[in-house]
Amino acid sequence: MEPCLAPALAETAKFEKLCGILDRYDRHPARLVPILQALQEEYRYLPQEVLSYVATSLRIPEANVFGVATFYAHFALEPKGKYVVRLCDGTACHVKQSIPILEALRARLDLTEAKATTPDMLFTVETVACLGACGLAPVLVINEDVYGQMTPERAVDLIDAIRAKELQ
Amino acid sequence: MTMDQQFVTVEGRAIPIEGERNLLEIIRKAGIELPTFCYHSELSVYGACRLCLVEVAGRGVQGACSTPPEPGLDIKVNTPQLREIRKIAVELLLANHDLSCPSCFKSVDCKLMDVARRVGVTSVRFKPVQEKAPLDFSSPSIIRDPNKCVLCGDCVRMCSEIQGIGAIGFAHRGHQTAVLPAFGKGLGEGECVGCGQCANVCPTGALVPRSEMDEVLTALADPTKTVVAQVAPAVRVGLGECFASPAGDPVMGRMVAALKRLGFDAVYDTTFAADLTVIEEGQEFLTRAAAGEKLPQFTSCCPGWVQFAEQSFPELLPNLSSCRSPQQMFGSLVKEMLPEKQGIARKDLIVVSIMPCTAKKFEARRPEFAVDGSPDVDFVLTTQELARMIDGAGLRFGSLEPESLDMPFGFGTGAGVIFGASGGVTEAVLRFAAEKITGKPLASVDFAEVRGESGLREATLEVGGKTLRLAIVHGLANARAVAEQVVAGTSEYDLIEVMACPGGCIGGAGQPVPKDLADRKRRTKDLYQCDKTFPLHKAQDNMFVTECYDKFLGDVGGHKAHALLHTHYQSRRRVSDETLVLLSGDPAQTKVRVRVCLGTSCHLRGAQDILTGMLKHIVENGLENAVDVRASFCFEQCAKGPTVEMDGEVMTRCTLESVLSALDAHLRNPLPQPTKPSAGCGCGCGK
Amino acid sequence: MEGPILDPQHAAAAEAASGGRRVIVCAGTGCVANGSKKVLDALEKHMGEAGLDVVLEFRPEGHGDGVRVSHSGCQGFCQMGPLVTILPENILYTKVTADDVAEIVTETLVGGKVVERLLYVEPRTKEKCLGPDQIPFYQRQTRTVLKECGFIDPDDIREYVAHGGYAAARKAFADMDAKGVCDVISASGLRGRGGGGFPTGRKWEAARVQTNPKKYVICNGDEGDPGAFMDRSLMEGNPHCVIEGMMIAARGIGADEGYIYVRAEYPLAVRRMRKAVADAEAAGYLGDNLFGSGQSFRLEVMEGAGAFVCGEETALIASIEGLRGMPSPKPPFPAQQGLWRKPTIINNVETLAQIPRIISEGAAAYRSLGTETSPGTKTFALTGHVSNTGLIEVPFGATLREVVLNIGGGVTDDRGFIDEKGFKAVQIGGPSGGCLTPDLLDLPLDFDSLRSVGAMVGSGGLVVMNQKTCMVSVARFFMEFTQRESCGKCVLCREGTKQLLALLDDVIEGRGTAETLSLLETLGHAVQVGSLCGLGKTAPNPVLSTLKHFRKDYEEHVFEKRCSAGRCKALAMPTINAARCKGCRLCVKACPAGAITGEKKQPHVIDETLCIKCGACATACKFGAVEGI
Repeated sequence: MEPCLAPALAETAKFEKLCGILDRYDRHPARLVPILQALQEEYRYLPQEVLSYVATSLRIPEANVFGVATFYAHFALEPKGKYVVRLCDGTACHVKQSIPILEALRARLDLTEAKATTPDMLFTVETVACLGACGLAPVLVINEDVYGQMTPERAVDLIDAIRAKELQ
Repeated sequence: MTMDQQFVTVEGRAIPIEGERNLLEIIRKAGIELPTFCYHSELSVYGACRLCLVEVAGRGVQGACSTPPEPGLDIKVNTPQLREIRKIAVELLLANHDLSCPSCFKSVDCKLMDVARRVGVTSVRFKPVQEKAPLDFSSPSIIRDPNKCVLCGDCVRMCSEIQGIGAIGFAHRGHQTAVLPAFGKGLGEGECVGCGQCANVCPTGALVPRSEMDEVLTALADPTKTVVAQVAPAVRVGLGECFASPAGDPVMGRMVAALKRLGFDAVYDTTFAADLTVIEEGQEFLTRAAAGEKLPQFTSCCPGWVQFAEQSFPELLPNLSSCRSPQQMFGSLVKEMLPEKQGIARKDLIVVSIMPCTAKKFEARRPEFAVDGSPDVDFVLTTQELARMIDGAGLRFGSLEPESLDMPFGFGTGAGVIFGASGGVTEAVLRFAAEKITGKPLASVDFAEVRGESGLREATLEVGGKTLRLAIVHGLANARAVAEQVVAGTSEYDLIEVMACPGGCIGGAGQPVPKDLADRKRRTKDLYQCDKTFPLHKAQDNMFVTECYDKFLGDVGGHKAHALLHTHYQSRRRVSDETLVLLSGDPAQTKVRVRVCLGTSCHLRGAQDILTGMLKHIVENGLENAVDVRASFCFEQCAKGPTVEMDGEVMTRCTLESVLSALDAHLRNPLPQPTKPSAGCGCGCGK
Repeated sequence: MEGPILDPQHAAAAEAASGGRRVIVCAGTGCVANGSKKVLDALEKHMGEAGLDVVLEFRPEGHGDGVRVSHSGCQGFCQMGPLVTILPENILYTKVTADDVAEIVTETLVGGKVVERLLYVEPRTKEKCLGPDQIPFYQRQTRTVLKECGFIDPDDIREYVAHGGYAAARKAFADMDAKGVCDVISASGLRGRGGGGFPTGRKWEAARVQTNPKKYVICNGDEGDPGAFMDRSLMEGNPHCVIEGMMIAARGIGADEGYIYVRAEYPLAVRRMRKAVADAEAAGYLGDNLFGSGQSFRLEVMEGAGAFVCGEETALIASIEGLRGMPSPKPPFPAQQGLWRKPTIINNVETLAQIPRIISEGAAAYRSLGTETSPGTKTFALTGHVSNTGLIEVPFGATLREVVLNIGGGVTDDRGFIDEKGFKAVQIGGPSGGCLTPDLLDLPLDFDSLRSVGAMVGSGGLVVMNQKTCMVSVARFFMEFTQRESCGKCVLCREGTKQLLALLDDVIEGRGTAETLSLLETLGHAVQVGSLCGLGKTAPNPVLSTLKHFRKDYEEHVFEKRCSAGRCKALAMPTINAARCKGCRLCVKACPAGAITGEKKQPHVIDETLCIKCGACATACKFGAVEGI
């Protein structure tokens, strides 16, 4: 395939998926939350033009779609890193010193609360209210994998290991 | 009072329940003005400001706005606990508020200031926590200052519930919550039509009409400019409120005097142009009715509605009357006639409108209402702005000696003046059309059938053996409902009058902020009173208008009339936002713009294969820079899919072959880019 | 189809007949995170190699001489996971890794011997416990709701049915009418487990009497309280029980549609609930004409999108409707006008999980546990500085002492060792709840007793805190949480929580005055009384309850500018304990401010005027000589 065609076809395929997702939920405005969830799974975040498109096809104002997308913590309007590192800061984790882990991770990756994703788009570090795995506090989740009884040192080791793997 | 009358006890006094929807209404009926930010009788109950909290015996503290009246409830509204909570709520708002009050546009009628005083705030115990957000100047009609927002949501509910638009909404959460247009863009970049009703309900200075006072004052101070004013009908029943004039007090003469003192060279009446509108629009309606074409006819004098139709109902644009609004008819006519008459250059004639409306500011800037970049109407001032200019000049409005309007454009009939109220345009057109149809003078000029308060009224009239079915709508949510009926083919109306603002122009966002619904009723009543006191009541009787046709315009609906008094519309569906860019080369080199519908129906009919085949063809032939390909959502041609749009031309039942050959044809013969509305008059006059 | 394809009577009989050897691997979130899936895989492999007849699927007719191997939901003892239970001996192996499996197979499953090193050791007595019967953590609990959770395979509807599942639903649909169902629930005295403790029967009755033919049942699985995971465990461990509860609720109010709203942070619960719904549909328990009653009931699982406030009924409804999850004023109550303005009942997961038992055994049996006004049992998530963390269930009325000291096995210090004098507080009820002091150890845990001391059952998180905990910081933690999770709608919650947080920051950072404390109380009270929804109304509880019970902590910060727990950095002043300092100079090198001086092998000193209180010295010191930070 021609090199120039590939991105256009990829966009087309994505667009088709977008239509598929909308159809799966009957293009019903009440299904906005699951639609956005499915789209985020597909795109890993919610691009603005996709949200516009959703608004048009559900026949609701763009401002409403934007309002819903910004209300729920799970929706991201900016792309996230390949590895989303979520540190639990629920009560149990907090009293078992989760914050020093967060500080260690941010220091290692040169991130802040405002700047949550590394420039190479490899890592996003964020906190989450409670993962409900309090028995393992403090808990760290990288994408879908849960790591319990975390320490700042182990957390940094995990990151380093992923980075080393990615560099290969 | 009957035996089974039911009561609620408010501060020890029994208050009868008489159909009130909530305790707040009962408490206010009892003469206690509980403060609120987020309660509006015309909007849904929101319950967020927490100022109307009351103590209900046995139930504790509840919001009065959201509690339905039940017989026997015992309510306290001013206990120490409630007073403290109200005070804290206001202090909390003030701790997160831009307190530049003296320079705020809303300083004179700020509800936050008023409530703070009433609940007894003397100091704020809490820390200032505001993070400054940038102001939004993108709209020509409204300025949005998020730093003054109290998040009562009145604007959001007004925009979605009454206006059916939803141009603004709540975004983010918690302390970051803000009222924003979609994606945090500017108001001028989204679906806002500039009606300004949001500003009308905003309790603070977070949404205010955009002022053009400085520009007007500069023009007035410039000796090389001749500055003339046109005053819209509704202004005369609103301005007095700013100067505490009694209801029904005719302020027109003093307004003219004030404008003259401010330096205007002449003061005219938009009513004159409204009379012209009646004749042009009435004639247009009779022509369409006779031909059975483009019916129902929608009125077009409301710029909020026109923009709404362009954005949301492009398929109905042929049904809109092609008449310009009275403001624009006035501008184009005066700028055409006066320079010659007075021997001045067009550029030195400045037309300033005094309007009850914020959308008129946008309308005056439309490129089609300008000659070589020189606008027909230079500036638009709202009623509020005029009041401020009068104040600012130190004029004592109440003691001004009334002066007369200037002729000929200062003469209007009662038909033109009632344009300012919902139903007025219809009635004025009926006064014209009925005489045209029957050929006989009307026995009575009053058409009570079309008057009223409801946001959606219907009337059926028998005129000269013909049945006319009319709809009168105000509020764009109602307009949307009617427009959808028309699109669906279920509407039987012949003429539909649409005004964006509740009550029509008298309820425009440029008017003084209404204290309550009674203000609107009073303005409407005053406007019909103006009609009564005017010497003439039918547009066709306006001898200056007749003279204008005779000496200048020629025939009603003729070519010159069309050139100056009519316009054309264009779809403003925000195309770029609805599409996904698939292939976009250098915009400077783009020759053909293609949109492929990938809606469900087209997809099932093979649109995907066409798209893929076409992309392949483009790449294989090295046309990437010449063609801009986008996938689109739906061209509403589902039965005839697959649908492809090429340079604005919609092709149905496409195949890959037909699309490729069309593409080649377009590439050989490209349109100038970007596509512009087709040239010519466009109004149907054939010129 | 006449009715469900599985006959519970028949299936239960078959299960009873089997009663053979069985290995259960806990697959709750905690154990999965610790590698229980690998354990399960290794078991299958090694057992096969050892020539055992491995039975992976539930067989209604029993598995004879085969060894059934299955996973289960959370067994509760999360900290000791992965957990492996061997039946019929009821041996509990703890902290099992895949490497231990070969030994378990050869020693226990083949050889019939116990692998001693995998047994739980009671930390106080140092005794090894063979199984739950000997472990105080389990012994002292009363597991009714959690009974099957941690035993049956949550992904196998047949096993649930074999344990009597869907019999209560059959009874409700086949033998009872709506009023009958509501009456039994009312008589049981069941109160909502989601927080407020509203009588469930009264809620149902309010929806039942509505004449609207369309009604909804919603299961609130948006368990947002940090430190709570009871609902998660139930949904993961016994999803069919929740479905059955919803079916009975639907019978009770006349609903034909329901939603299970699960918090997005619980992907496993979402997956298991979805599978359970699909299986129940396939088996005919969900669908049309249930048990020949003519009534239909269908369920949909909806995943939340990350908003704590959606645990509030009206916000949850808004979320299902595709809107921002902002609460609306009540009235109208959801029972009158809920989802799509139709009568709707919203019950918490644990509440619904109680329902089948109440219908099967009757109201009186249910009332035999718990107290007069809070009947039944309650699950708690026991976490924090406590020896045994995990999911527990006790009758209402059990004391704090029983829960923390006996079941929890005592308070631990920061290194995890039991510290008999370490108990400082228990935070109960999450961000809506309050803190309890050691002098309330004998307080019975029930709705009304807790409310009387300014706390609440909430959803049941119990976080134990030791003496090294700063209660002002704890209050701040919760305030930051509610502040962040406030929907932003009503003024008192949105701005009030922000200001409460700012006031707490003043205290923590040494700017507090006597007025700060009084303003905290005044504002807290206003937010409590005046907020629109439950989130706002309860948001000040952590502050107000700590101000009440731990006022000394606040006063120390405000008047002495000191945090004796050493958690508040701005008030901390590290000092070097000369007796411990070896003079190694590590801290001197670590200090970014150059505040530490001292000769080699001589005790070092910190210059208070230069110290920026970053704590680098304490981290660097290998001898624990840096104190007070």
